[in-house]
Amino acid sequence: MKDLNDLLNPLVESPSRSSSPILLSKSSPMPRREFLKTSAAIGSGLWIAAHVPGLAARSVSSAPANATVFAPNAFIRIAPDESVTVIVNHSEMGQGIYTSLPMLLNEELQADWSKIKVEAAPVDAAYNHTVFGLQMTGGSTTTPSEWERFRKMGAMARLMIIDAAAHRWGVSASECRVEKGVVIHTVSGRKASYGSLVEAASQLKPPGTIPLKDPKQFTLVGKPTRRLDTPSKINGTAQFGLDVRVPGMLFALVARPPVFGGKVSSFDTAEALKIPGVKAIEQIPSGVAVVADRFWSAKLGREKLKISWDDGANANLSTTQMLADFSKQSASPGTIAKKTGDPGAALAGAAKTITAEYDVPYLAHAMMEPLNCVVDLRSDGCEIWTGTQFETVDRANAAQAAGLPPEKVKINTTLLGGGFGRRANPASDFVVEAVHVAKIAKAPVKVVWTREDDLAGGWYRPMWHDRFAAGLDAAGNPIAWTHTIVGQSILTGTAFEPYGVKDGVDSASVEGAADLLYGIPNLQVDLHSPKIGVPVQWWRSVGHSHTGFSVESFFDEVAHAGGKDPYELRRKLLANQPRMSAVLQLVAERAGWGKPLPPGRGRGIATHFSFDSYVAQVVEASVEKDGTVRVHRVVCAVDCGRTVNPDIVKAQMEGGIIFGLTAALKTEITIENGRVQQKNFHDYQMLRMFEAPEIEVHIVPSELSPTGVGEPSVPPVAPALTNAIFAATGKRVRRLPIRATDLVAGSGAKS
Amino acid sequence: MTSFYLNEKSVSVDDDPSTPLLWVIRDSLGLTGTKFGCGMALCGACTVHLDGNAIRSCVAPLSRVAGKHVTTIEGLSQNLSHPLQRAWIEVDVPQCGYCQSGQIMSAAILLKENAKPTDKDIDEAMSGNICRCGTYSRIRRAIHRAAELSAERRSS
Repeated sequence: MKDLNDLLNPLVESPSRSSSPILLSKSSPMPRREFLKTSAAIGSGLWIAAHVPGLAARSVSSAPANATVFAPNAFIRIAPDESVTVIVNHSEMGQGIYTSLPMLLNEELQADWSKIKVEAAPVDAAYNHTVFGLQMTGGSTTTPSEWERFRKMGAMARLMIIDAAAHRWGVSASECRVEKGVVIHTVSGRKASYGSLVEAASQLKPPGTIPLKDPKQFTLVGKPTRRLDTPSKINGTAQFGLDVRVPGMLFALVARPPVFGGKVSSFDTAEALKIPGVKAIEQIPSGVAVVADRFWSAKLGREKLKISWDDGANANLSTTQMLADFSKQSASPGTIAKKTGDPGAALAGAAKTITAEYDVPYLAHAMMEPLNCVVDLRSDGCEIWTGTQFETVDRANAAQAAGLPPEKVKINTTLLGGGFGRRANPASDFVVEAVHVAKIAKAPVKVVWTREDDLAGGWYRPMWHDRFAAGLDAAGNPIAWTHTIVGQSILTGTAFEPYGVKDGVDSASVEGAADLLYGIPNLQVDLHSPKIGVPVQWWRSVGHSHTGFSVESFFDEVAHAGGKDPYELRRKLLANQPRMSAVLQLVAERAGWGKPLPPGRGRGIATHFSFDSYVAQVVEASVEKDGTVRVHRVVCAVDCGRTVNPDIVKAQMEGGIIFGLTAALKTEITIENGRVQQKNFHDYQMLRMFEAPEIEVHIVPSELSPTGVGEPSVPPVAPALTNAIFAATGKRVRRLPIRATDLVAGSGAKS
Repeated sequence: MTSFYLNEKSVSVDDDPSTPLLWVIRDSLGLTGTKFGCGMALCGACTVHLDGNAIRSCVAPLSRVAGKHVTTIEGLSQNLSHPLQRAWIEVDVPQCGYCQSGQIMSAAILLKENAKPTDKDIDEAMSGNICRCGTYSRIRRAIHRAAELSAERRSS
């Protein structure tokens, strides 16, 4: 199989730059279980790739000038002042990896934790994801990718520091141990700090083998540890992309077409140029850019611009029409994604059959920090500052836009004010556009998107339609299950297509459906992938964000149709899934499944397997007379293998639940006459404090390798909620977001 | 020129008086702890204090603050000693962190006016601040904790 990098050609660095053995021949979108196996198998050779002296030798800002810095690999620099800089190759977007990756490294390095600093890695093949072969952050894979490498990097440094001390003292390294950044000769009690050994350790060769601790000896990994980035995020010093300022920098906004794929016909700058501070207004490939000395001038300038647009082929696009089209299309089976047994015959012979259709809308990521990008473009190079999840791809695309080789493009990854997938854009839309703006700005420039730009900017979670049929035997057990999915393919047309799209089936469209864990003997999942001119993209939990809702809701319908308790039926059909069974039983026990509730309140349960992690949730909810839904309590159980930082795992579960509830209760992007109808947070509403439920998270202890954490709590919460609404009211919710009008007393959503 | 006090220091800027305070603070005065989220007073990321009241700086024209005292997250304390900052660290509230300046500035006014807020008080005071990462339950815990820390400080 070709390397993913090859598929990005010509958009990626030359092969000579990609000499790292980390670039696996078996790269990328592979089944996740394979991923973990491979990830473990390649571990032994990793350190060689990570030894990049040129990269590592950059100075530590806190160290005195000319001081030797010990940089045994691309991930660590230790300075004479005892500071330890961990160079982190994944982006911090809230998921806590600027803490959890240093924890992995320091588990082996055993430096003084209070001396640890974090720095974002530059773009280099040494920093590529160990499986995807790109420098990127996504797919809930950071910890699985780095679980072994970061410990090895830390261990390598520790072994070399111990060697340096042993040489100095003329003793055997085996007689030395380390404690909190100090090497101790056990017999004599002599001590030397890491900082004092920097110069000596720098003279040594890396060890040939790097043994790692038995996890039973972990002292940091697995312990709740406070985040390293909290102080900077509560005193105003944290630097997000929007906070970057470079000398001489201008600001720009871009007027983009109101219809996807639209073009500028003509534009009149006369009024806009009268705004003080506006310096340039020119057409770029994505629209018309307004460059000014300040953001506000650029914004006022853009408001005065008169542009006539050619709306193009999507001028009549309507999500209302799409909804009807999708439903119609789902009436006939699509391309088979999964088939076991003979579902047709089983359905025909079933004692009882039920059918249902589900709908979910387009969704915007709506990160709190709107997209932005700073570009300093010069004839001989291009420097970029932005919060990105996709460094390798962005560099390649920016280089092409700038007409420079990739190695002349430097990307400084800042903190991300939320990502959720949007900042891993296959076309690098916000980066490439900023390079084009820099061409007309003729100075460093910061392109800022407003909230309105962000919401109308596309690259949404696709709109989906799911049609199900199930057959039950005389005892009420499901014996047949068919599921037809309609929705745009995310991976088609991207560099990931050859990996993720097989025989016409985009794995991201059917994940969470085709890999159903329930033991149902006759099963079919098939897919229609209509081509629609709305750019779509991965959105926190990707395909699982719709299959979690539809599959777990329909399963609830099946349970009720067969007269079964939804928890008991799940337990029965997960008999061969010990990890999911365990989280299911844990969540039921902690939620008090089956115990009485206050009047009007219902309990709903759902499970979902995604990103190799097992999650089950129970929601308690009630519905007021006017149809308003109240979510009182969410109980979540997760098995994500071994946890690096349990408190961060809990925080991610909490955050994913709020993210999923927001999608369940609030948000939709609709399009009429080709135009996105939502503008800002008044019509694309987020869940707020007064609506946020009590959340309890329970982690199943595990000694297995770590699996995904950032996304897996999103998929089950919507169905757990709508199942709770059914339990409370008898009304089955089959479209998101949940509408009060579907739930007011007397409305007809009854099952 | 418009003059006002920013974090107790006198500042003067030549921005047009109609310019929203947010952009004056960020672009003209270079303090970037106050964030842009929506530009319509819908998300609270830009919350600052104006003469002791929480305002949304994205919709407050510069002219409104002339001669007045504006406090931003940078002015809350010199050394993370404010009870809210201590509580935020203890509870490890932030994820991406982008909204947290605004959350803390809103919470600071709540605590100033209500030494021991109930959950309902917190709902009312904090529902103008959006957190897309979903840290609400931790914000709630941290506000309760900050109230305790403030009480300890007063009694000691």
